[in-house]
Amino acid sequence: MADISKDQVKHVAGLARLAITEDEADMFADHLSSIIEYAEQLNELGTENVEPTTHVLDLKNVLRKDDPKEWISKEEALKNAPDKQDGYFRVPSILE
Amino acid sequence: MNFETIIGLEVHVELKTGSKIFSPSPNAFGDEPNSNVNPIDLGYPGVLPVLNEEAVNFAMKAALALNCEIAADTKFDRKNYFYPDNPKAYQISQFDQPIGENGWIEIDVNGEKKRIGITRLHLEEDAGKLTHQDDGHSLVDFNRQGTPLIEIVSEPDMRSPEEAYAYLEKLKNIIQYTGVSDCKMEEGSLRCDANLSIRPIGQKEFGVKTELKNLNSFSFVQKGLEFEEKRQEKELLSGGEILQETRRYDEKTKETILMRVKEGSDDYRYFPEPDLVPLYIDDEWKARIRREIPELPDARKHRYIDELELPEYDAAVLTNSKEMSDFFEETIKNGADIKQASNWLMGDVSGYMNKHYKELNELSLTPEALAKMIKLIDDGTISSKIAKKVFAELVENGGEPEKIVKEKGLVQISDEGQLTEIITKVLDENEQSIIDYKNGKDRAIKYLVGQVMKATKGQANPPMVNKILQAEIDKR
Amino acid sequence: MSLFDHSIKQLEEMLHKKEISAEDLVDASYDRIHEVDDQVKAFLTLDEEHARSQAKQLDAAPDEDARLFGIPAGIKDNIVTKSLRTTCGSQFLKNFDDPLYNATVMEKLNTDKAVTVGKLNMDEFAMGSSNENSSFTPVRNPWNTDYVPGGSSGGAAASVAAGEVLFSLGSDTGGSIRQPASFSGVVGMKPTYGRVSRFGLVAFASSLDQIGPITRNVEDNARVLEIISGHDKMDSTSADVDVPSYADALTGDMKGMKIAVPKEYLSEGVAPEVKKAVQNALKVYELLGAEWEEVSLPHSKYAVATYYLLASSEASANLARFDGVRYGVRSEKADNMADMFTYSRSEGFGDEVKRRIMLGTFALSSGYYDAYYKKAQKVRTLIKQDFDSIFGNYDVVIGPTAPTPAFKIGEKIDDPLTMYANDILTIPVNLAGIPGISVPCGFSEEGLPIGLQIIGKPFDEGTVYRTAHAFEQATDHHTKRPQLGGAK
Repeated sequence: MADISKDQVKHVAGLARLAITEDEADMFADHLSSIIEYAEQLNELGTENVEPTTHVLDLKNVLRKDDPKEWISKEEALKNAPDKQDGYFRVPSILE
Repeated sequence: MNFETIIGLEVHVELKTGSKIFSPSPNAFGDEPNSNVNPIDLGYPGVLPVLNEEAVNFAMKAALALNCEIAADTKFDRKNYFYPDNPKAYQISQFDQPIGENGWIEIDVNGEKKRIGITRLHLEEDAGKLTHQDDGHSLVDFNRQGTPLIEIVSEPDMRSPEEAYAYLEKLKNIIQYTGVSDCKMEEGSLRCDANLSIRPIGQKEFGVKTELKNLNSFSFVQKGLEFEEKRQEKELLSGGEILQETRRYDEKTKETILMRVKEGSDDYRYFPEPDLVPLYIDDEWKARIRREIPELPDARKHRYIDELELPEYDAAVLTNSKEMSDFFEETIKNGADIKQASNWLMGDVSGYMNKHYKELNELSLTPEALAKMIKLIDDGTISSKIAKKVFAELVENGGEPEKIVKEKGLVQISDEGQLTEIITKVLDENEQSIIDYKNGKDRAIKYLVGQVMKATKGQANPPMVNKILQAEIDKR
Repeated sequence: MSLFDHSIKQLEEMLHKKEISAEDLVDASYDRIHEVDDQVKAFLTLDEEHARSQAKQLDAAPDEDARLFGIPAGIKDNIVTKSLRTTCGSQFLKNFDDPLYNATVMEKLNTDKAVTVGKLNMDEFAMGSSNENSSFTPVRNPWNTDYVPGGSSGGAAASVAAGEVLFSLGSDTGGSIRQPASFSGVVGMKPTYGRVSRFGLVAFASSLDQIGPITRNVEDNARVLEIISGHDKMDSTSADVDVPSYADALTGDMKGMKIAVPKEYLSEGVAPEVKKAVQNALKVYELLGAEWEEVSLPHSKYAVATYYLLASSEASANLARFDGVRYGVRSEKADNMADMFTYSRSEGFGDEVKRRIMLGTFALSSGYYDAYYKKAQKVRTLIKQDFDSIFGNYDVVIGPTAPTPAFKIGEKIDDPLTMYANDILTIPVNLAGIPGISVPCGFSEEGLPIGLQIIGKPFDEGTVYRTAHAFEQATDHHTKRPQLGGAK
């Protein structure tokens, strides 16, 4: 029986950098528990000898030649930045 | 109680490919902020990575040079963490199938040789650079984002900070020989984190380790580890316990300082990168890269001893840096005497570099010029003494040794008639010295030689001066 | 008569004969948008000035080699368009006015001189099956505006159904092209994984996402897919497989065709009227000379759970880049680094996006990876093998696209699991990476469209199109038009 606690929800939200209210924590605990409970049905299947699929296509060694190319200007690089200074992206510092 | 120290090192080395590992942006150091970036480096929505073949070649070359086994099947994974310099909030790295494993290098500490194991070498992308300001903001430059990086994790095989230092020197040297990186710590193209724990001698289990970060030079690595070794010992002897901590070395106070205590392990949620396909390295590819690896320092050292008949000391010093060793090889290739070339490089050249804090490639001296200068000494055109003057000019301003010698009038006087004339004059002016010499005062002849040199501004051919002087005194 | 009652091929002939102009087409498109989009809400951003000037330029320099010359198109808003706002239906990107580059599919459309009239509404970051998760406004079903158009390419399907554009590009991760095509009575194709470049498609689940066309008929669809397909050096997962002429595949010949009908696709969860429409379609195929047999895809019932674990895991990493540093909206409350991340993301994302990010983060987290993520990857292998074994003996697999016709707005929004179950028939196709199309095959009692899903072998879109086209030409479902805004 899968049950995701409110604390687990908060931990996961922290890993994903999401702020959630107590009410949201309750709601997500509820939803995630039911989804995970539903997902438990996969355990009906024995998969010890089954290879996991990461890619459906059987591709290997897709490589690029080492040719440097200019693409955008440094002004364009900063065009959508919420905050910038002297050609840099600016962010608030870590709270010490 | 006596303790044993256990050290393991994690070294990151930037590979000097032309473009980045997953995007075609130029891979360069020192440019204006955010000038070598494109939407891929900036983690724009919708962009995809494509692997740079050269980055794989370089990583493989480094791994082979470090005696690693190369994985036939390898792949990339996403390592998830949030930080402003990590634009996708995941770093493309290799988790469970690194490109190289089970390598080793041999170090030499106080004449004792020891093998240090390399657990793994994997390929990943570097992050951007975050600069903290004191106004509550930090600035991000993404030029470095996507620079190909190899992470080399050692076995916990080192037993002293000195061994750690030797390991780093050797590792750097080998990688520089392969040509895949400059390994410049001051530019960040080589970075090192160190783990250290101690345990009572005889105990099998490892003690709790602390991690040292922000180490800016090999000697700070050694000093930081030395401090940490003592700190842990003191802590344990006073009944305390070691916590799993990340610490940094403060260069001013020469102490390690706590950055954070680790609570459990970080949860990076690694999973296979779905945007990249697996990499399969067949024997042919591996063999091709192996063939491209140049002669490595140990092999070169042995060749110098066995074939060039250099003393072991010379061979070790010369091969200790690829630049020096390459310079030496060029010099002898240009016809210089082997031992003389070695002497000049270990002596005057190294002395100049140390005095002026310069790298070989920053000097104006070229191997061709050094070889020519040595040849001028050999054929008697200049004396060793004059050579010092020529060298001073070459190392500062470069140029052709012959030209310098000619322009500055430094050519050695070897003309017998000319020398006899000068010597006769010197003898005429120093009759007392002749008398002294004949009375058995050997030092008098040195004084006379000195006077001849003075008269010729040091350009007289010393063996000839000795010979003529003797003959002329005998005549009187 | 609307210009849009013609096929793209017919319009191209008319254009080249100068019977109509590119400007006429663009005018018709915007006229229709201004007339009905208040009801449909298919568009998030219009590019009217640029599109009109582009049309003028096209008229001045006719090009008979351009296969979409002057054809008005709508683009799902998770396909990146240079100098044109790209929001992914999210508040986080509401100010993302210039993404700096074009998706590869946009470059291809530009080469063939299609005219992009605007960007289409969608469930936020393509997460949803009803378009109610658009953070701007829900799209409405042109056949009945009380109903959802399906999702997540709801705007893409509704804009074509409402006659606003000739074709649109959508994206399909678990059914996001086919299901809205089914609900909106249009033709929607999810190509083989790797057929169309994903470069410039804002990633939801990288191993499942594909771009595909939505059109009013199969012929148009084949034409657009042919243009947007092909190997792309910018996408490592793009397949280096030749693109055949899909138009040549539309022979109408169904003789000897072997059709597999999975019993799981007509089981209890499928509405009777949907079942009936599919059975009628099978009769049509019989008349056309095809054979069909019931088969089993035994792992179908595990597809939804497998999908939600894998897609959410990949999404949790793919959506981590929306951190407020380089683009998008940074929270006003970003006083320190941690708050910048947390508040920008929390304010920028809606509940469904947060739910999936959390599910994915959980499935990948330490201690749960093997039990959930890796387990799901293994079941994915089994689901793929189900199809592999069927395709050893059959040419195509046929079933319904969705278990029901469109449902009412608000009906399922509070129950994620019921909403997810709606994708049960489309998800296996993404997990297997194979092509699937939805074509109209009837209407419910309430007059809502029902879609027939035709699934093919990897890179065999040609056979899928041939099968869809033969059915379309033998029936008249595709000729029906929604009575929106009193048009026609």
